[in-house]
This record gives sequence, C-alpha cells and structure tokens, in this order.
Amino acid sequence: MKPLLEALDVHFAYGRAGGRPGGHAVLQGIDLQVMPGEVIALLGANGGGKSTLLRLLLGLLQPARGEVWLGGRRYRRWSRPEIARRVAYVPQSQLVPFPYRVRDLVALGCIARRGLYRRLNHDDDNTVSAALERLQIESLAERNFAELSGGQQQLCLIARALAQRAPLIVLDEPITGLDYGNQWRLLGLIGELSREGYTFIKSTHYPEHALSIASRVLLLQQGRILAQGTPQQVITPDTLRRLYGLEVALHPLADGRTALLPDL
Amino acid sequence: MTGAALAGGWPRRWSLSSRGQLGLLCLLLPLGLYLALLVGRYPLAPGQLLAFLLAQAGIGTMAPEQFDLIHTLVWEIRLPRVLAAALIGAALAVSGAAYQAVFINPLVSPGILGVLAGSSFGAALGMVFFSSWLLVQLGSVLGGCAAVAVGLGIGRLFGVQSRMMLVLGGIFSGALFSGLLALVKYLADPYEQLPAIVYWLMGSLGQAGFDDLALYAPWILGSVLILALLGRALDALAMGEDTAATLGVSVARIQLLVILCATLASALTVSLAGMIGWVGLLAPHIARLLIGPLNRLLIPASALLGALFLLAADAVSRTLSSAELPIGVVTELVGLPLFLLVLRNVRRGWGG
Repeated sequence: MKPLLEALDVHFAYGRAGGRPGGHAVLQGIDLQVMPGEVIALLGANGGGKSTLLRLLLGLLQPARGEVWLGGRRYRRWSRPEIARRVAYVPQSQLVPFPYRVRDLVALGCIARRGLYRRLNHDDDNTVSAALERLQIESLAERNFAELSGGQQQLCLIARALAQRAPLIVLDEPITGLDYGNQWRLLGLIGELSREGYTFIKSTHYPEHALSIASRVLLLQQGRILAQGTPQQVITPDTLRRLYGLEVALHPLADGRTALLPDL
Repeated sequence: MTGAALAGGWPRRWSLSSRGQLGLLCLLLPLGLYLALLVGRYPLAPGQLLAFLLAQAGIGTMAPEQFDLIHTLVWEIRLPRVLAAALIGAALAVSGAAYQAVFINPLVSPGILGVLAGSSFGAALGMVFFSSWLLVQLGSVLGGCAAVAVGLGIGRLFGVQSRMMLVLGGIFSGALFSGLLALVKYLADPYEQLPAIVYWLMGSLGQAGFDDLALYAPWILGSVLILALLGRALDALAMGEDTAATLGVSVARIQLLVILCATLASALTVSLAGMIGWVGLLAPHIARLLIGPLNRLLIPASALLGALFLLAADAVSRTLSSAELPIGVVTELVGLPLFLLVLRNVRRGWGG
C-alpha cells in the first residue's frame, strides 16, 4: 500500500524568507508516513511545532529542507485544486463576519471539483446535502453560520471537508473549545468516518483522546519527533513527563482501555 | 421555507429569493435614471421627458423649440452626469464589496490600501504642474495605482501575517500620499489652483462628459464584471487565506487580481469625479442585508445599489440649493446616519 502523504526529513524555520534555515528552527528532521485509513494524532506542548507541521502537510508552507509528498508527487508540483481533491482542512475555528448560511459555507467544499467559475449542479447539491446529513446537521442548513455555537460550527466545518470529497482530512485541534459532551461525540464521529474509509491527521492537546481513537501517535517536542507509534507504545508516563513536565499515572482498565490520571 | 429558516434573524430575508431581489434592483436602475433626469434647477414633468425621449428616438413628435430646450437640458447637461453618477456609484460599491471580502471585514471601504489618497495626489499634481485635463485624469489613475503598490509592497516586506500587514501597508501609503497631497496644495497657486484642487476633492460630477464616459465605462464595467465572475473565489477568501487555499483557490493570484480590479475601478472614479465617500462601504452592506453574503449575487447587487445611491445623492446635490452642492459633501452627510445603521448591525453578532 502506498502512503497518501509522506514527509521526508522535513525542516522548517520562521524568521527567514521561505523558511530557510538560519531563522528560529521550528521543525527538524520530521519523517512521517500517512497510510490510508489511519487516524494520526499529533501531540506536543504549546509551541512544539504542531501547527507548523500541519501547515507543511497541507502545503501551506514549503519546507526549508526535505520534501512533503502527496500521492507520490511533491507538493509544489500539484495545483491548489488538485491538492484540494486529495486533502481537506478543518481549521480550529472559523470567524466569518458575513452572514453565510451553513449550506453555502459547506458548498464551498465543491470548489475542489467544480472550480471557481462553473455553476454548481445537481450533483454538487447532493454532495452538500449528503455531507450535512452525514453530520446530522440538516436542520442547520439555512441558519447563519456565525450565530451557531462552537460545537455546531465545528460540525459544519467537517461537513465542508466532506463536501470536498478528499480522502484525507487534516484537523487542527478540533476538540479545543468544545464542551465535554461535544468533545467525545466529535471523537466518535472521527472514529466512524475513519471506519468508512477516511484518513485523519489531527493535532490535539489531549493524550486521552489520542489513546481512544488514534491508530498512530506522533509526539513532537521542540520541533523534533520524540516518539512515533501506536498510542499504547508511545503514551507512557515517561513521554508525558518529557512533553508536558507533568507526572501522569496510566491505569489499565478491565475493558482494555487506559485511564490517565495526572498527579497534581 | 423551513422552521429553521424562520427562527434565525438573517436567513429569513434572503430565503425570499435573492435572485428575485436582484431582478427587482435591475428594474429600479432605469427608473432611478429616469427620475434623475427629471430633477434639477428646471424640473421636468415625467410626461415631458417621455415625449422628448420618444421624439429623440424618432417615434413621437414635439414642438421644435421645446425639443431643443429639453435636448440641451437632458441630453447635453443631465444625461452624462447622471450616467457618470451611476457608473461611479457602481464602481465604488463593487470595489468596497471586493475589498471587504479580501480583508474579511465588513467595515472596509475602497480607500483601505490608499488608492483614494494616491488618486487625489496624482490629480492634484496634474492640476498644478500640467494644466491638461487628460493629464490630470492620467495622474489620478497612476497615483491610485502607485499608492496601492506602495501599500502592497509594505505589506509584503514584512510578510507572514499578510492580511494584517496589508492593512498596515494601506495605512502607510494612505498617510504618505495624504502628506504628498498636502505638499502639492501648499505649492499650488493659492488663487486659482488651490481652490480648484479643494473643490475637485469634494467630488463633482460636473466635469463628466460623454467622451469621458466612453473612455471610462469599458474599464469600470470590465472590472465590475471580473469581480462578479470571481464571486465564489471572494466567498472562499472571506474564510481566511489558509482555508481558501485548502479549498482549492490559488490565493495570492486571486487576491492580486481582485485588488487590481478594485483599485482600478476606484482610482477611475476619483479621476472622473474626485473624492466621493461612503458609497463603497454602505452599498455592499445594504446589499448584504437584502440578498445575503454570496458574492456572486452581492457584487451585482452592490453595483446596482451603489448606482442608485449616487443617483439619489446627485439629485439632492442638484436640487437642495440653487448653487450645486459637491456630491462628495452630500454622500458624506447622508452616509453618516446610514453608517450608524451599519455599526448597529455589525455589533449584532456578525461574529464581532
């Protein structure tokens, strides 16, 4: 099986034009292979380089050294619409000062296939409706996106990503800012979608979320990979101490799950 | 209409068929033009104008001396300025709407990148150092483009957070060219050139003739058309640069195209009629209230509303006093109360 997305020895630094080495190094020697069907969680302290890595994986930044490959081709060789048909992005939040209807916002996902100028057709309408239905937010279709709650907005943004019909979805801290119930409902949804064939890369601040749904975890510390592997291999008291400077006890439960208890 | 549509404050309005409302605005424009031709120092009755137009078209007949009188009044004096008002209103409104999408801010007006200050400087320079009207116009367009180039250049210089830097670049170039304008005013001959500059900066449609219109209309209408075709791209840009790029938009290229068209359109209005404020901020806002935020419809609706707004302002400027008021002064005074309405709406949960 070929990887959907692959980062090979990626380096990046801010402060110099084009992220060339010499500025403040943000990422060093990142290797990552994303295989179809995976749910990859990116963990790391604030400022550890998670967002920068996501931006590199989306082709929004160019690495200073190394290369990011999408579907066996270098990022810079793809056009934006070609990328959009392969990778969708769900930002952490979306501030829109204009009163877009949810349906119109989700329909922007159709740009990936329909382009900027051609009229949306019946097929696109169906795609949008299906995305809204899949997330069970048909009832919000006519509402003003800006007036929805954070949790509802997050669902709309995921629906937009589904409307893009890209097999790989990158989420930037999708859970942040959601209440406890919405957090776990969203994680359940990501799990379901991954079983339907979608591949996910998400950054997160919560090791317990990584444990519950990720198939692979990547720990980033000061721009380097601290560890990479299955959640059980990677999330240990030792790595959590090194990442967050916190003593965390891991308790295996009878049903096979693991509880994390920080020692305060 | 569903229950959910009724529950929200805004959606109710644009589910009453945005296209229908756009069609209605299309019908209002000829009506507005017709009414604008009636008013002025010598008001005409609607029937008189109709009879004249029929005679002009060769369908009806009219007494020759009356025909000549109305011909001078309507065809030679009022029509060019009325058409100029509509054209300028449309251009400013569309540039405003486009800049608002690019800057993701409903309070942005066409002057954001310094184009108005630059155009004013260019025109003033033309008035002082070259007395040809054509050079004044050319200077104005070039000045506007130069100011935007400076704004963009400053923005690019610092890179990274580009939209924020563009705003700061615009503040910089606006200040620079306002300073240069002040310098030109200081250097101008205080008895003839200075009043001419000041008067012209207040905005006046009196200069516009058919030959100017023929020169400007293709460029302005072309820019409006391109921006309308970019409607979906503008919607994507309004989601932020990163999101727009991941949706499949070549952000830098589209942004540049939008800024070029919006800059050209607004620089041309300054060169045609001086500084006319508020239209570019207010017309898109009111259009958004009527037909919603989708730029594919919003751009044409803004154009029509901007045209109607300026037709009305011009009618006021010609009828309020026996001496004609500068139209820029009228839009300034009429615009302020409308701006309060805008602020009220922005405050009411436009994500602010």
